[in-house]
Amino acid sequence: MPLEDQRSTVYKVADPEHPGSASLPTLRTEELLLNMGPQHPATHGVLKVILELEGERIVKATPVMGFLHRGVEKLAEDGTYHQFIPHTDRLDYVCAMYNNFAYCRAVEKLMNLKVPERAEYLRTIVAEVQRIIGHQFWLGTQALDIGAMTVFFYTFRDREILLDWFDELCGARLTTSWYRIGGVERDFTPSLVGKIRLFLDYFPPKIDEYVVFLEKNRIWLSRTQGVAVISAEDAVNFGLSGPTLRGSGVDYDLRKYESYGAYPKCEFSVPVGKNGDTYDRYWIRILEMKESVKIIRQCLDQIPEGPIMADVPSVTLPPKDRVFTNLESMIQQFKLFSQGFDAPPGEIYCGTEAHKGELGFYIVSKGGGKPYRLKIRAPSFIHMGAFDHMSRGYMIADAVTIFGTYDIVMGECDR
Amino acid sequence: MHPIAERIQQKFPEGFLKAVEWRGDLAVTVARQSLHEVAKCLHDDPDMDFDYIVHVSSVDWPEEEERFEVVWEFYSIRKRHRIRLKTRCSESDCEVDSLVDIWKGADFMEREVYDMMGIRFRNHPDLRRILMPDDYNEGYPLRKDFPLQGKGWRDTFEFLNERQ
Repeated sequence: MPLEDQRSTVYKVADPEHPGSASLPTLRTEELLLNMGPQHPATHGVLKVILELEGERIVKATPVMGFLHRGVEKLAEDGTYHQFIPHTDRLDYVCAMYNNFAYCRAVEKLMNLKVPERAEYLRTIVAEVQRIIGHQFWLGTQALDIGAMTVFFYTFRDREILLDWFDELCGARLTTSWYRIGGVERDFTPSLVGKIRLFLDYFPPKIDEYVVFLEKNRIWLSRTQGVAVISAEDAVNFGLSGPTLRGSGVDYDLRKYESYGAYPKCEFSVPVGKNGDTYDRYWIRILEMKESVKIIRQCLDQIPEGPIMADVPSVTLPPKDRVFTNLESMIQQFKLFSQGFDAPPGEIYCGTEAHKGELGFYIVSKGGGKPYRLKIRAPSFIHMGAFDHMSRGYMIADAVTIFGTYDIVMGECDR
Repeated sequence: MHPIAERIQQKFPEGFLKAVEWRGDLAVTVARQSLHEVAKCLHDDPDMDFDYIVHVSSVDWPEEEERFEVVWEFYSIRKRHRIRLKTRCSESDCEVDSLVDIWKGADFMEREVYDMMGIRFRNHPDLRRILMPDDYNEGYPLRKDFPLQGKGWRDTFEFLNERQ
């Protein structure tokens, strides 16, 4: 029944057996306000949405955000460029590596730094591993929210392998801070290369395994197909990015069109959807995992020997072993952390295709060692801007699907 | 000069103030009065075709007369080029035109700028705080005269003294 007809329905209580009942007042219908969150298992953190409901249909949704606001942009103005790297881990805490990458790239653009080729490859490999983790995490939690619990265990089982790999790489599973301005913190060991190669053989059949659970699952299909539909035009107008935008058929991927890292040397395709619904976005993420496997494999085959850090002593950190043995390196390290390097006055914007969408940093420098202004373009925040538009007319239960379809993380949304 | 900047200058000789190209980014500053029409032209003109909004931001320069700089960044999906559009406003009259009617995504982004720096957007459909609480009354946190530790509101939280 169309929404307007439902609204005008008045339920008259008239029973011929009981004369006088016709004079009973007619039942009142009105819109119901429902607070969803901030404490709700399916809101992916502390997000509150005020839903105006007509029966079970959403008439209007007003997101209330900021419960996790920590003033990261203000903190950035108070520290040196190097000191901000650990803060970026805490933006999108599911995918710390990609945040590091996006930030380091922005600072390198500001400083006009050229990163050595080996470092570019290392960065690309780790970024793609992070993308796989992000998509696994998304798939698991989205299916869990919708009611298909099994997939969660499978994706988290495989995610664990990669997190352990991160642990071996940099000593942390989630808040990694492995990227450095001008390069990376340390090189792969042969054991790491061996493990990731094993994973590349192990993983593609597992993707098919995830799909088996979902492709014939009627609940999954009926709750994702035709839910949270957004047209290509609207998606672009709202500034959506990543799989959320590509699901609507817009071919926009910075890895391809403003290529960086080792992506230009790799062959991969950008999957694009047709219907702009949750199901298309799900399928894009599945395909992207397969593409990531391809990219990592190509990078591992092509990776050259060489330094992993740009040799610009005024900006980049000295190698750690030299810091402990060499006086000049120690002074350089101390200076870089206490005063920072002298950035030229100017402003840049640098966007990077993280697995959620375009993660960008807009940095204004006035000279000196600290950013004058640092603005984070967080995809989760911008996607929430389209929430009202995308949720109108759907059921309350679909609200959960729609948060999920953005792959929202509140650490990044509220900053 | 960059062809896009040149085109803006041709079309809006009075509104165009300056164009800077640095590190491959084009930034065009326009007068506050002509902001909306320039933006409309950027969106509608088939040669520019900036259909995608990237971010809205603001910078505080307290020692300058026109203190606030509001920044919009646009991208064209079809033409694959970027532009940064900037305008200035003073503290006593910090209001600029909202671009929500052109890019719907500007809604939340402009609300964030209002929340963080107190710049008002004319004709914005719902200009409220977005990240800070609605009843927050210490001002605008990202202004340069706002101390990093806040202005004392946090010290009034009751749970801070619970242990004593």
